[in-house]
Amino acid sequence: MKQIYMDHAATTPMHQEAVGAMIPVFQEDYGNPSSVHAVGRRARQLLDQARTTAAASIHADVKEIIFTSGGTEADNLAIIGTALANKESGNHIITTKQEHHAALHATAYLERNGFEVTYLPVYENGQISVDDVRAALRPETILVTVMYVNNETGVKQPIDEIGDLLRNHQAYFHTDAVQAYGLININVKQQGIDLLTVSSHKINGPKGVGFLFVNQNLRVEPLQHGGEQERKKRAGTENVAGIVGFSKAIELAMKQKEDKQKHYTKLMKHFIDCLTDEQIMFHINGDRNLALPTIINISFPGTQVEALLMNIDLSGIAASSGSACTAGSVEPSHVLTAMYGSENERAKNSIRFSLGLYNTMDEMKEAAERIGNIMRRLTRKR
Amino acid sequence: MNQNKNTRVVIGMSGGVDSSVAALLLKQQGYEVIGIFMKNWDDTDEFGVCTATEDYEDVIRVCNQLEIPYYAVNFEKQYWDKVFTYFLDEYKAGRTPNPDVMCNKEIKFKAFLDHALDLGADYLATGHYAQIRNRDGKVEMLRGVDDNKDQTYFLNQLSADVLKKVMFPLGHMPKSEVRAIAKANGLATADKKDSTGICFIGERNFKTFLSNYLPAQPGKMQTLSGEIKGSHDGLMYYTIGQRQGLGIGGSGDPWFVIGKNLKENILYVEQGFSNEKLYSTGLVASDVNWIHPEDLEQRFECTAKFRYRQKDSKVVVTLREDGRVDVQFDQPERAITPGQAVVFYDGEVCLGGGTIDQIVKGDIFLDYVG
Repeated sequence: MKQIYMDHAATTPMHQEAVGAMIPVFQEDYGNPSSVHAVGRRARQLLDQARTTAAASIHADVKEIIFTSGGTEADNLAIIGTALANKESGNHIITTKQEHHAALHATAYLERNGFEVTYLPVYENGQISVDDVRAALRPETILVTVMYVNNETGVKQPIDEIGDLLRNHQAYFHTDAVQAYGLININVKQQGIDLLTVSSHKINGPKGVGFLFVNQNLRVEPLQHGGEQERKKRAGTENVAGIVGFSKAIELAMKQKEDKQKHYTKLMKHFIDCLTDEQIMFHINGDRNLALPTIINISFPGTQVEALLMNIDLSGIAASSGSACTAGSVEPSHVLTAMYGSENERAKNSIRFSLGLYNTMDEMKEAAERIGNIMRRLTRKR
Repeated sequence: MNQNKNTRVVIGMSGGVDSSVAALLLKQQGYEVIGIFMKNWDDTDEFGVCTATEDYEDVIRVCNQLEIPYYAVNFEKQYWDKVFTYFLDEYKAGRTPNPDVMCNKEIKFKAFLDHALDLGADYLATGHYAQIRNRDGKVEMLRGVDDNKDQTYFLNQLSADVLKKVMFPLGHMPKSEVRAIAKANGLATADKKDSTGICFIGERNFKTFLSNYLPAQPGKMQTLSGEIKGSHDGLMYYTIGQRQGLGIGGSGDPWFVIGKNLKENILYVEQGFSNEKLYSTGLVASDVNWIHPEDLEQRFECTAKFRYRQKDSKVVVTLREDGRVDVQFDQPERAITPGQAVVFYDGEVCLGGGTIDQIVKGDIFLDYVG
């Protein structure tokens, strides 16, 4: 049975060229970028190139890129670092109920430490509303953090509008762009974004790397203390090989952006068409017209997410749900709960499928057929 | 050619050595094995620590050693509704329930079996010490060969239809061999201690646990003739035949619980291990499951167990029209306890079982037992 990988929002296979770019760094260009000698300078050169590539991809300045260990660290630095550095200006933060846990648990930590956090609602289309942001703003609001594209539904959030809204307010604007980056054109200056999170392994780069864009006029308190790397904002010897692989993945992603958009749109349409052909019951969560073509969240009425996920895995399809299933404790997806309420079955019978570089049209059809068979078994009369 | 390759077996894994070895044996026999951990009870403490998380970690380690897929499922709600509610209700009624029997009936071999079938499984396996035998197209449940570990007592409520879909890979071997196999194969759980006690109470104090759910009503402790011997902490804390924890001093033979009066909240005690008030000659059982009812005469001889790990006793069973059964003992039995299971055997074959409802002595019901 051929494995079909449809969980690219969780992680992606590495691009061959990104792997190739990393290999020399392990044994030839292995220097420490902080060292005052030729070997160190060579590593520093690679780091500078990568930073230039990263900055250019979002129209930022090289001084504004902080390499991190990934999206979670970037979110933590953006949220906690900004709050700590700006607490004289206020103690209020605005975020949404559908953020990634890297953001939600960071704001929860701030709440335990004297900050006040407003969690904005999410509507059935999967979006938050700019009016809600406006209504929640206070003079003492210091940070607004809203993800660019939701990782469970693929729904794009009104980032440009929030950026505009905040131009005349002291609050800084952070967006977690982990799912959006590489498919959507981002221009932090035009969009009024002050902080932006990116992760390498979601764009066919290596795991353990990411970056945070921080507007150069903004102060963030470092969370990790030690050497003076990353303009004193993130101590620790840089993961040079990872950053070089990440940089190559960025280059490729930027080059292929338009082609990928088209390819994924075609794949996704085929997937939905084939599922429809199976004549099983399903509902798409969120407004498809607002979503990226890579991520789809589907509710299968009459099923339970546990049995569904296991069956899908055993049928050779890799997909996931937003529910955490540690030791059998099923927490319904917080995103779908925010959209539909905690009583709605959708939070307990939905699966996320996310497409990537190497998916094919044949795989879409095959996956839909396997899901059709599972659904017929799960909804059989006992 | 591996003839079992296309047979999918879901095995319930607890993170203990028994189910680990059962999974290993199935894998060695060539089945397509899927390990599933069941979470039935949330015991998360104030530090967020939960034994289920630790146990599931062990399941993951073993499954990775065996290279089989693993999952966790949650039956907390079903367990609460079907097992724990029954458990509390029985205590409220002054009886001594057997949650393991109920868990097997309602959760492991019902909700969990359904789940396994949902996954396209042909069989559900567990690490129980019992054997399945197919004879002339008829499926039978036999005792495990390890006398000391035989678990058919707890499995007495399984029907033939359920047993058809069940495998017990450990039934034919002694526990010592199971440990040895675990060690020889370097299984992560080889040295793990066996769990003891009722699963949701674990090592905790039973009295404290129960008092969290049921209000304790202290009352009088007296003999059948009305002599007051002290006070009790609440009838639910005592079971028939119990000696410990009565706090009756003085000389002479030790004192034992012989019965309960729920209406007046009295605990009956009498003196001496062999006190005749502790003995009965028969019982009436309800909720009786016969694995093959079609094979039974209306009245027949067989053997029975009234407690786990007890030797079999000879009995005569009479099927009643109301579905209950009368059980007459060959010899008087001591401390038969309402709420516990009575399980019937024909040699090695388990015939089924029921719940002990009423106790009989001669031709009268022993009302004082409860």
